[in-house]
Amino acid sequence: MSKRTSKQTAPTRISDHPILKFERGREITFYFEGKPMKGYEGETIAAALVANGVKLFRYSEKHNRARGFFCAVGKCSSCLMVVDGKPNTMVCMEPLRAGVTVERQRGRGKI
Amino acid sequence: MKDGGIVIVGGGPAGLSAAIIAAQLGAPVTLIDDNPRLGGQLIKQTHKFFGSKSHYCGTRGVDIATILEQQIYSTPAKVILNTTVIGHFSPNILGLADRNTFTKLAYQRLIVATGASENTILFENNDLPGIYGAGAVQTLMNVFGIRPGNKVLMVGSGNIGLIVSYQLIQAGINVVAVIEALPKIGGYHVHAAKLARLGIPILTSHTIKAALGKEFVTGAVICRVDKNFKPIKGTEKRLKVDTICLAVGLSPLVELLSQIGCQMVFIPELGGQVAYHNENMETTVSGVYVAGDASGVEEASTAMLEGRIAGAHAAGNLLGKTAEAQAIINQAKLELAAIRQGPFGEKAAKGKEKMSYTVRQ
Ligand SMILES: Cc1cc2nc3c(=O)[nH]c(=O)nc-3n(C[C@H](O)[C@H](O)[C@H](O)COP(=O)(O)OP(=O)(O)OC[C@H]3O[C@@H](n4cnc5c(N)ncnc54)[C@H](O)[C@@H]3O)c2cc1C
Ligand code: FES
Repeated sequence: MSKRTSKQTAPTRISDHPILKFERGREITFYFEGKPMKGYEGETIAAALVANGVKLFRYSEKHNRARGFFCAVGKCSSCLMVVDGKPNTMVCMEPLRAGVTVERQRGRGKI
Repeated sequence: MKDGGIVIVGGGPAGLSAAIIAAQLGAPVTLIDDNPRLGGQLIKQTHKFFGSKSHYCGTRGVDIATILEQQIYSTPAKVILNTTVIGHFSPNILGLADRNTFTKLAYQRLIVATGASENTILFENNDLPGIYGAGAVQTLMNVFGIRPGNKVLMVGSGNIGLIVSYQLIQAGINVVAVIEALPKIGGYHVHAAKLARLGIPILTSHTIKAALGKEFVTGAVICRVDKNFKPIKGTEKRLKVDTICLAVGLSPLVELLSQIGCQMVFIPELGGQVAYHNENMETTVSGVYVAGDASGVEEASTAMLEGRIAGAHAAGNLLGKTAEAQAIINQAKLELAAIRQGPFGEKAAKGKEKMSYTVRQ
């Protein structure tokens, strides 16, 4: 790989690890704000987004503050997004599926 | 409505141990966890455990999770995954929710082993994306094999802060510094020494003042603190980081227990609000038990022992097999006492003692 490409696609997936082996599922495509992205079956939507360099998941209701991933275990509600049109989906617990559409949520979201 | 027999909420080391013992004693058992996999925090722990052989010393957390998983699946216990216990109805009924449905489950005995949730601290912009709890960083990099960022500031030098820093480095991530408000490092010396050998600065008497960035973290401002933990003016330093990891303690997850009406007590040594429990891990509500971090934040080995005690007591009590259960309980109590005598078990020991004292008053 040339230097340039390795820089552009920031290497956020770990391939060599001294202890762990990552058995990833099938590679699938999903859509974030209309843009196709790649992820793996068996991971959560939140994990796939972070792997694609997406950190900002939603804007808070009162102060319109940027929010992202914080606890990763379904406890803090920081990661609510619009998934297949459904707002308030906790993406740190929601499994990634092929073709799923994911959008940033603004405030409470609309049904 | 279905009856779950002895129902255990949480499939971490505490809940799994409770379920295994209760099922081995012959009780009907249902174990519920909100994750797709059993193991709780253990599934992201790659370092080798300390302690004696019977507490899996030298074994990695992820491997302990697999061992316990195999044990539970070799009993007739029923395991329900991807399901959250969201509430309690009187008498003896739980509300369960998975992604699509809500159901009710009755129980005869209940063991709450929900673990703990991560704390945050106050500083400017502490809600920016790119600020993670240590457990979240571990989930991303050790469960999914994803780097949370490239340059990380670690806040907190307890064992979790030190261990996760080392794991970040193993995952090829740059740890810019570890900061600690106390004048000395909080965790085990061996963990700190590993970082020191790699040249990672561990700055004691330092805190974080602000996270920089608008939509995500682009930097951090740290500063020195005096002996009252007050920031010292003029000591601010800017660090260029894209991730801030908070390892500043855990608080027991006790919502379910307080909803049930268990008497709660505030014990700082145990991580905050906990349900009062006796030596058998039974709360003030008869038949309702607690074990593991939910009963006071400690570690996986003590969580497993508390789980065994709760599981054995609940099963012995339900089946009338008190002598058999008592032998298991006695053994676990001996081992617990031994662990808590060590320098790092002291705090929890003090907390548990304080708890029984608070209630007896
Ligand atoms: C980042 C981190 C690093 C750690 N490192 C170490 C270490 O190196 N050595 C060590 O000994 N200990 C370590 N610990 C502590 C150790 O992991 C815990 O003490 C131990 O896991 C506690 O076990 P538990 O069974 O009580 O809780 P947990 O392992 O937290 O398990 C609780 C389970 O219950 C589930 N749950 C919670 N609420 C519900 C609900 N309402 N419905 C359904 N399921 C629910 C949770 O999702 C989880 O799976 C670490 C902890 C953390 C957070
Ligand atoms: S990140 Fe905390 S609930 Fe999803």
